[in-house]
Amino acid sequence: MHELGIVFYIIRDVKKAAQEHGVEHVSAVVMNIGEVSTIVPEYLTDCWRWAADKEELLRGCELKIEPIPAVTHCDGCGKEYPTVAHGKICPHCGSEKTWLLRGNEVEIKELIIEN
Amino acid sequence: MENVKIIEIKKSVFENNDRAADELRGELKTKGVFLLNLMSSPGSGKTTTLIQTINRLKDKIRIAVMEADIDSDVDAIKIKEATGVESIQLHTGGMCHLDAEMTEQGLNNVSMEQADLVILENVGNLVCPAEFDTGAVKNAMILSVPEGHDKPLKYPLMFSICDVVVINKIDVLPYFDFDMEKCKEYIHMRNPKATVIPICAKTGEGVEVFAEWLLNEVSEWKR
Ligand SMILES: Nc1nc2c(ncn2[C@@H]2O[C@H](COP(=O)(O)OP(=O)(O)OP(=O)(O)O)[C@@H](O)[C@H]2O)c(=O)[nH]1
Ligand SMILES: [Mg+2]
Ligand SMILES: [Zn+2]
Repeated sequence: MHELGIVFYIIRDVKKAAQEHGVEHVSAVVMNIGEVSTIVPEYLTDCWRWAADKEELLRGCELKIEPIPAVTHCDGCGKEYPTVAHGKICPHCGSEKTWLLRGNEVEIKELIIEN
Repeated sequence: MENVKIIEIKKSVFENNDRAADELRGELKTKGVFLLNLMSSPGSGKTTTLIQTINRLKDKIRIAVMEADIDSDVDAIKIKEATGVESIQLHTGGMCHLDAEMTEQGLNNVSMEQADLVILENVGNLVCPAEFDTGAVKNAMILSVPEGHDKPLKYPLMFSICDVVVINKIDVLPYFDFDMEKCKEYIHMRNPKATVIPICAKTGEGVEVFAEWLLNEVSEWKR
């Protein structure tokens, strides 16, 4: 399953950062997830719950997801438009020469430590 | 009062893997080994195409194969029986893709000093393998006719990272409304540099073009 693999990558990175900062427990991990990143947020948080609770450092740690809306740029007319609503055909001029400006992110934004 | 601290990370989850992949490519360059990452949906014809291709190349260069599968070794055995080249099985442990670290572990189990070309048959899937750089020198994918010519629109990332797109099962073109020209157009929209090669892995038609492409790439890499 795709999301589970991603969770293992997140855990690896979080462990490393926690060690560098001498942190013993992380309360929340904040992710930036692009709207068209192929990640399903609910699956990601489900997998997270299962895997994170196996780690001392992450027991009860919440995975917070901040979505990033996807935006496409059109080379035909130079305008931008929301990707999910219109797909790859520009709603302004009908051109197919378009590319994704943002919305593909799978990024760890920050760790929240409470004590 | 509770004390809250925020540690900013701002880092893509893929960053570590991208670095590991670059390191692996450097190592392969030093050793003079070319690694091809072959991807497709399940059943598009990766194993059949590999057998045909290897049998055309095995007298010219030394080849080894790594078969990635979630949990079986039928493909590794098939390759070994049909071509005689070294072929090992990598289990991904339930994972839907291979990353650079798993690829490197796999490479440690093939005789790299005795190979010019190592081919990795990735897990059948058009989404996940596209996001994880394996450290391969080139990426190839197979799209088969029954899957439809609109796949490049649905899986743009996969098509954008592939250096070559093999279109397989052209023998069944008469039975599907697959539009070859449209397909090429869609592929080039996502990736203007992609080489497109139509083949029939079942009969071997067109396979020599792919074999030639591969042979060229290998000798470029070893220069
Ligand atoms: N008609 C036709 N069938 C083909 C062709 N190439 C492969 N096949 C058939 O397609 C099926 C799948 O082929 P494989 O080579 O096993 O495909 P694969 O991509 O390795 O499959 P997985 O490893 O399971 O993802 C087999 O039944 C092949 O005989 C072709 O050119 N034409
Ligand atoms: Mg196979
Ligand atoms: Zn436009």
